[in-house]
Amino acid sequence: MLRARCVIPHRILLRPYATSPGPHALVFLEHREGALDSGSLSAITAARRLGGEVTGIVIGGPDQVPDVVEKAKKLKGLTKLLHSTSPAYSSQVPEIVSPLFERLLSDGTPFTHVVSAHSSSAKSLLPRVAAKLDVPAISDITSLEHDGSSNATTFTRPIYAGNAIATVRAPSSIGVKIFTVRSTAFSAAPSEDGSQVQVEALDPVELADAPTQHIRTDLTKSDRPDLAVAGRIVSGGRALKNAETFKATLEPLADVLGAAIGASRAAVDAGYADNSLQVGQTGKVVAPELYIALGISGAIQHLAGMKDSKLIVAINKDPDAPIFQVADAGLVADLYEAVPELVEKLKQQ
Amino acid sequence: MRPSAVRLLNILVPIKRTVDYAVKIRVNPDQKGIDLNVKHSMNPFDEIAVEEAVRLREKLKDAVKSIKVVTIGPPKSSETLRTALAMGADSGIHVEIPDSAPAPEPLGIAKALRAVIEREREKGGVDLVIMGKQAIDDDAGQTGQMLAGLMDWSQATFASKVALDVEKNEANVTREIDGGLEELRCRLPLVVTTDLRLNEPRYASLPNIMKAKKKPIEKLTPKDLSVDLAPRIETLKVTEPPKRVGGVKVANVDELIAKLKEAGITAVKS
Repeated sequence: MLRARCVIPHRILLRPYATSPGPHALVFLEHREGALDSGSLSAITAARRLGGEVTGIVIGGPDQVPDVVEKAKKLKGLTKLLHSTSPAYSSQVPEIVSPLFERLLSDGTPFTHVVSAHSSSAKSLLPRVAAKLDVPAISDITSLEHDGSSNATTFTRPIYAGNAIATVRAPSSIGVKIFTVRSTAFSAAPSEDGSQVQVEALDPVELADAPTQHIRTDLTKSDRPDLAVAGRIVSGGRALKNAETFKATLEPLADVLGAAIGASRAAVDAGYADNSLQVGQTGKVVAPELYIALGISGAIQHLAGMKDSKLIVAINKDPDAPIFQVADAGLVADLYEAVPELVEKLKQQ
Repeated sequence: MRPSAVRLLNILVPIKRTVDYAVKIRVNPDQKGIDLNVKHSMNPFDEIAVEEAVRLREKLKDAVKSIKVVTIGPPKSSETLRTALAMGADSGIHVEIPDSAPAPEPLGIAKALRAVIEREREKGGVDLVIMGKQAIDDDAGQTGQMLAGLMDWSQATFASKVALDVEKNEANVTREIDGGLEELRCRLPLVVTTDLRLNEPRYASLPNIMKAKKKPIEKLTPKDLSVDLAPRIETLKVTEPPKRVGGVKVANVDELIAKLKEAGITAVKS
């Protein structure tokens, strides 16, 4: 009895809210070493397509947040910026960060969507948050459209390693729609001096006894552009024989083109290149202006990660290699002769 | 009787039957899905999970009390369970759904796994769940994290190295993250999701395949677990990706450079 009495007035209070809230996206802004991740900038662009307000959220340690907030508040497209600082947040362990999202997104939340890049940290965090809120999540979307009248959002996303595209609809019954964005499918939101958004600090949710502790992070150091955002990529496969030849063959070409270096799974498994360089279904998905595949046969798992590149160049000895079916310029040749020649001739231009 | 000081671990490995990774899939003309009359096998990441569970037992011997594999899927998924049993798991659970049922979503699967774990409680519980980081059909990569969230357990996703300390009741896990590696110390119970680099799955030998036929598989229905596996996200259609108009070959390096130039690509000045 008592319960029934409490619930009814509560509902009446909420009604004006629930009828026409308009989409309001919360974008998880990731950062590393004081810089915003470019994937998050693409997530803002995706969030803006919903047609409503876009609030960004920055989470991190005390030495990280101030710098990042300074940069984030210049981002074009944000209507508001939230930030939360705690020493415990500096390594973004999902078990520790998730309670903050749960609090922000629980009953009565203004947010209708949660958006982030399809990055390793968001992939770990957001499904956990979704389960806590009892809502499904949508991974790696490549387009979206929100219908305000039915409060439903339609997404497309690749399935089966990109060999099929699913169009899915999250109906209004899913109160908070949580999704990650394929960064290569959306342009990055630009920064703008002078566009100042409203900034608001959020109290962190301190966890007394976290079950998981961060020990350390080892990042692969490189002077080259980051693979995920590089405009040009030179990628090598199993045909490169060993780590030394991989380096000796790919680096001069990457240098002359100002390109990032990528690798097929075969090359990574054989130890020619670092794991973080893998392009494909299980590695990074890239869509640069130029993708040069050297000694890569073109298995479907690899194609899943690069077939949206603008110009694909393949050099391979085997004329029947599947990579030639997607290449805009395929050269059947021994890459140990062709690549040095290519480097020389490019230099002469 | 074993000395009680030694903790005994129960490992649960959820697996999924998927279209074989080497199959070139075809989208059905009705745009409702893809042609499933093709070779199926265990999701490659799940093979790695089974292998890891078996290796943990080989390393920790008696400290691992049981390795149970569970699948939620159509009748034919029992073949996948047999494969896992042949690789070294002890017993299986098959939560059977009809062939005609729509594919469950990760959240539904996570809830079913939660129910399975709760059923296991009286049989010693589950201390460690090892599962693939993603299924190669829906490519969602959510189930492990969702399960950890539902259980309020620690999670270690994209694991490339797992070191269990049974005495301390914790695990050190190295994870593959964007740009490098990360190491976590996780308290058990724990959900680990496997990356490709974790191990190289073994082939089941013929004697082990024969032995696996005698290992027990418990059959359950979603109803037994009181879970609703109906998807909440509607799939409107499944289409072919846009075709690339590639397939152009050039005769030599000069022609290749001409092509690059045409696209506005030249060397950078260093």
